[in-house]
Amino acid sequence: MKILVCISKTPDTTSKIAFKDNNSKFDEAGVQWIINPYDEWYALVRAIELKEKDASAVLHLITVGGADVEPIIRKALALGGDEAIRVNAQSDDRYFIAAQIAEVAKQGGYDLIFTGKETIDFNSSSVGGAVAELLDMPYISLATKFELNGTTATVNREIEGGEEVNEVSLPVVISCQKGVAEQRIPNMRGIMAARTKPLKVVEPAAVDQLTSVVSYETPPPKAGVKLVPADNVAELVRLLHEEAKAI
Amino acid sequence: MSVLIFIDHSEGHIKKSSFEALTYGADLAKQLGTSAEGLLLGTVNDDLAALGKYGVTKINQVNNESLNNLDAQVYAKAIGEAATQTGAKVIVFSHNQNGRAVAARVGARLKAGVVTGAVALPKTDGGFVVKKSVFSAKAFANVSINSDIKVISLNPNSYKITAGEGSAAINQLNITVDAPKVKVVSVNKVKGEVPLTEAEIVVSGGRGFKGPENWGILEDLAKTLHAATACSRPVADAHWRPHHEHVGQTGIQIAPNLYFALGISGAIQHLAGVNRSKVIVVVNKDPEAPFFKAADYGIVGDVFEIVPKLTEEIKKLKGIA
Ligand SMILES: Cc1cc2nc3c(=O)[nH]c(=O)nc-3n(C[C@H](O)[C@H](O)[C@H](O)COP(=O)(O)OP(=O)(O)OC[C@H]3O[C@@H](n4cnc5c(N)ncnc54)[C@H](O)[C@@H]3O)c2cc1C
Ligand SMILES: Nc1ncnc2c1ncn2[C@@H]1O[C@H](COP(=O)(O)O)[C@@H](O)[C@H]1O
Repeated sequence: MKILVCISKTPDTTSKIAFKDNNSKFDEAGVQWIINPYDEWYALVRAIELKEKDASAVLHLITVGGADVEPIIRKALALGGDEAIRVNAQSDDRYFIAAQIAEVAKQGGYDLIFTGKETIDFNSSSVGGAVAELLDMPYISLATKFELNGTTATVNREIEGGEEVNEVSLPVVISCQKGVAEQRIPNMRGIMAARTKPLKVVEPAAVDQLTSVVSYETPPPKAGVKLVPADNVAELVRLLHEEAKAI
Repeated sequence: MSVLIFIDHSEGHIKKSSFEALTYGADLAKQLGTSAEGLLLGTVNDDLAALGKYGVTKINQVNNESLNNLDAQVYAKAIGEAATQTGAKVIVFSHNQNGRAVAARVGARLKAGVVTGAVALPKTDGGFVVKKSVFSAKAFANVSINSDIKVISLNPNSYKITAGEGSAAINQLNITVDAPKVKVVSVNKVKGEVPLTEAEIVVSGGRGFKGPENWGILEDLAKTLHAATACSRPVADAHWRPHHEHVGQTGIQIAPNLYFALGISGAIQHLAGVNRSKVIVVVNKDPEAPFFKAADYGIVGDVFEIVPKLTEEIKKLKGIA
């Protein structure tokens, strides 16, 4: 079995979000970069668990990004995986990113492709579906549970107000979220091993960029909280009814 | 050239988020000087012609019961063909669970640029620029779609539904539907509750509630308000509440009209899931809790004392008590 996990880099969840160059670029000053939590905690850890159960399984990681992504992909390799592939291209267009991943995947012949639910910077939830379409594979999004029995996967998928249990034969693309696995901390052995694991750099395929970011905006700050004394709950209800018109 | 709006449904009924998408798509069509049409895969019990009141002139349907379950691959192919048959240039989805499954797939199929999580109508004077939510609602990006065909998915609860008069024509599309590869084995839905992502009002509890046995007062408040219930991550992690109630960066992102944060500190990762709420009410016994900075209304107090009183006062307001 061959597994491919898509890894992206995102600012740490507590980073200050600011923009520069006339609001056209994200201001990276002082930003800590991390592996996108959905990719690390759920997609990657689940793939590692599958490999732990099946010694013959091969686990590859892929990222589309510049050389600055390498520390992140090494961190991912420290958790597990046999080798990583970096497609040397920088883009915000999800179709472009997906097409690069699909190109590599076509040659790799993977049975299972895992992505995160979304990146926590762009919140697109797009790459997995686009990869699946370009490879003409089934796609199950927002998985909260993933079990494998031979070549049949049983996947719980989030729906409004609950879950649906799906069954599908490999190959398949899955986007992972909470529930699929539990976060792991890399150990010293993993960190040492990651240094010598292969990290292949491939040049991007010629693919059109279908979207481009023009500018960023930050929402106007809140006016400030209106505090109501604890012994006057009726006043809060009045405000919610008459002023906010929310109830 | 037209705007095609994907109509999502479950258990025989069209979802509220699709009414938002229909309104949005119809307004966009008006802005572009073209017509808006809906697309429904499968069958529903609702009156399709009545959807005309949202401003669409036609509802295209692929009347095939095998489409009542979503298989993203089958859906993407059918939607792609429907878009080609109807000459659609813009395809609108809701950025809900099913939208996340198919919108980008349809984009890749048609080589159409995709913007998900749109929060406003595109700017179409000269280009085609869509404002979307990024950085877990801490910012917006204006994204230009440069392809001929465009795919937009609209964040739930970010576009106001407007309904007027009008009736839509029904058009049955003749599309070959592939056999699904994904089998739906079972559906586990919490019965009788308002789905979190569709709720107008959400009542949410944190570790301040101390233990699962104390959730009764929160549920009473939610019931009184016809609200959905939610919780912070540690609460779900401790199995005090089901996982699907967990909101935040790593949980579900919601944007209700009214969000009650009860006994929740307001960590940045929690706020990332709820700060698109229109009105936020915080009850916390610690006046320094960070949530007060993100709130519109607040009470510094004990949830065990305040929450039952809130329920009582709301009952009075609604004339229930
Ligand atoms: C990468 C990452 C992702 C994360 N994702 C999420 C996420 O998606 N969602 C999420 O919620 N968290 C997330 N977290 C965790 C987050 O940082 C906080 O730890 C969490 O939100 C705290 O939950 P809480 O407010 O319920 O608990 P606490 O922080 O323990 O706060 C409890 C609050 O209740 C108040 N309180 C106590 N007793 C009472 C009382 N009787 N009456 C009134 N108030 C009372 C206290 O003053 C306190 O403010 C994430 C963390 C990380 C690092
Ligand atoms: N640049 C990238 N390189 C590799 N994988 C990516 C990249 N961007 C996104 N992904 C994967 O696609 C998932 C969904 O991302 P998105 O569609 O951008 O929200 C992420 O969780 C990653 O698994």
